[in-house]
Amino acid sequence: MAEFLMPHLGADMAAGTLRVWHKKPGDRVSRGDIIADVETDKADVEVEVFTSGILEKILIEPGTKVPVGTVLAIIRQEGEVIPEVSPRVSPEAPAAAAAVSAPAALALVHEEGRLRVSPVAKKLAQELGIDLASISPTGPGGRITREDVERAAQARKAAVPETAPAPADRAARIRQAIAAAMARSKREIPHYYLNTTVDFERALTWLNEENLKRPVDERLLYGILLVKAVALALREQPEFNAVWNEGQVILKPEINIGTAISLRQGGLIAPALLKADRKPLGELMKEFRDLVQRARSGSLRSSELSESTITVTSLGEQGVEGIFGIIYPPQVALVGFGRIEQRPWSVEGRIVSRPLITASLSADHRVSDGHRGGLFLNAIERLLQQPEKL
Amino acid sequence: MTNEEIKNTVLRLLGTVAPEADLTKLKPGVRLRDQLDIDSMDRLNFVIALHKEFNVDIPEADYQKLETVEDCVNYLVSHAGSASKA
Repeated sequence: MAEFLMPHLGADMAAGTLRVWHKKPGDRVSRGDIIADVETDKADVEVEVFTSGILEKILIEPGTKVPVGTVLAIIRQEGEVIPEVSPRVSPEAPAAAAAVSAPAALALVHEEGRLRVSPVAKKLAQELGIDLASISPTGPGGRITREDVERAAQARKAAVPETAPAPADRAARIRQAIAAAMARSKREIPHYYLNTTVDFERALTWLNEENLKRPVDERLLYGILLVKAVALALREQPEFNAVWNEGQVILKPEINIGTAISLRQGGLIAPALLKADRKPLGELMKEFRDLVQRARSGSLRSSELSESTITVTSLGEQGVEGIFGIIYPPQVALVGFGRIEQRPWSVEGRIVSRPLITASLSADHRVSDGHRGGLFLNAIERLLQQPEKL
Repeated sequence: MTNEEIKNTVLRLLGTVAPEADLTKLKPGVRLRDQLDIDSMDRLNFVIALHKEFNVDIPEADYQKLETVEDCVNYLVSHAGSASKA
């Protein structure tokens, strides 16, 4: 049996509204199938399933807003018999009600330091930013349960008076979501910042020649060279392709580049170009075009929002010289690029005019230091001098 | 196709690229990027749309000739065999 949960689609998501089920009980589902649509504060998202089996039971009805981690449905293996399962969170009182299902109650419990905590409770506490040590356990044997975490979250919410009016529209909710995530980042992550100037002449020359060979709908934007260079540099400096989780860094095996995309109604979202280091530029560009279109029309997939391992952002078109961005938790680094600017540059002892671009790194000092950050930026710079190899 | 028809088609294609824009307020002689919140991806999508609609190949070097709605109309008139002046 597998639980299909309200996904965690980024640090700025605490809850989501189940909008549509694309499958019904009894339907066969395969890993990667989109089985539901979920609305978050920032986007409408198509949610994929990461296990194959039979959709046994739907626990949450469309139109219901539930916290991240809530069980939305149960998926069983073929031939498996599942005991009766009931919803854990009622629509009327999402954060307070919590009827734990029988199978969930059988979940293994492990030690969290000196605390006894169920995996579900641990995951939820992590997602809601609740310190497990601050929770009074009520479960058998002094175990912290999911309900304990939800009560703690409610208590925290009640303790902080609402100062802002309820968001009237999507734009306001996007702003609020970004505010929460960025405030958390600045509060918790000890950022350090580095920047370097990159001679972009070779890259632009190669790009112009390359685009002459390509049909108009397969042309590359220079931004895709930047994304690919970052992806390949991460192979050399993998500590920047990681997440920070419960006091430790977890290196991620796949390089999924979150690309900051501005939304029409304001705000931004950073869905991932998955496995960006392994894809040729043409394929990456095609996926990027599709990603931008879907980000702005509100049809992203859950994996694109939950799997980013680093973020790349560019504000060059806005005329910005350099960016010192805020890391998107739980990621541990962000790479920014400013505008391309024709400026004097020294080449073999001669001053020449060159198109230059500022590359910057915001990184988590708990995970890396300036020495490694410098090597990472140097790798990006070096890779951009050989655009034909990207 | 008359200039007016070309202009209306250009505006329609701009509408697909920047659906939030109020195209009735666009000033034909003012740069698009000063009137619309568009980026390089939008510009690429616009060029692709022009290419498909008018069957005109627009090299990157010519992007700077498409700064305004007027520019677009003039460019298409001079490059599309089927386009003719009103």
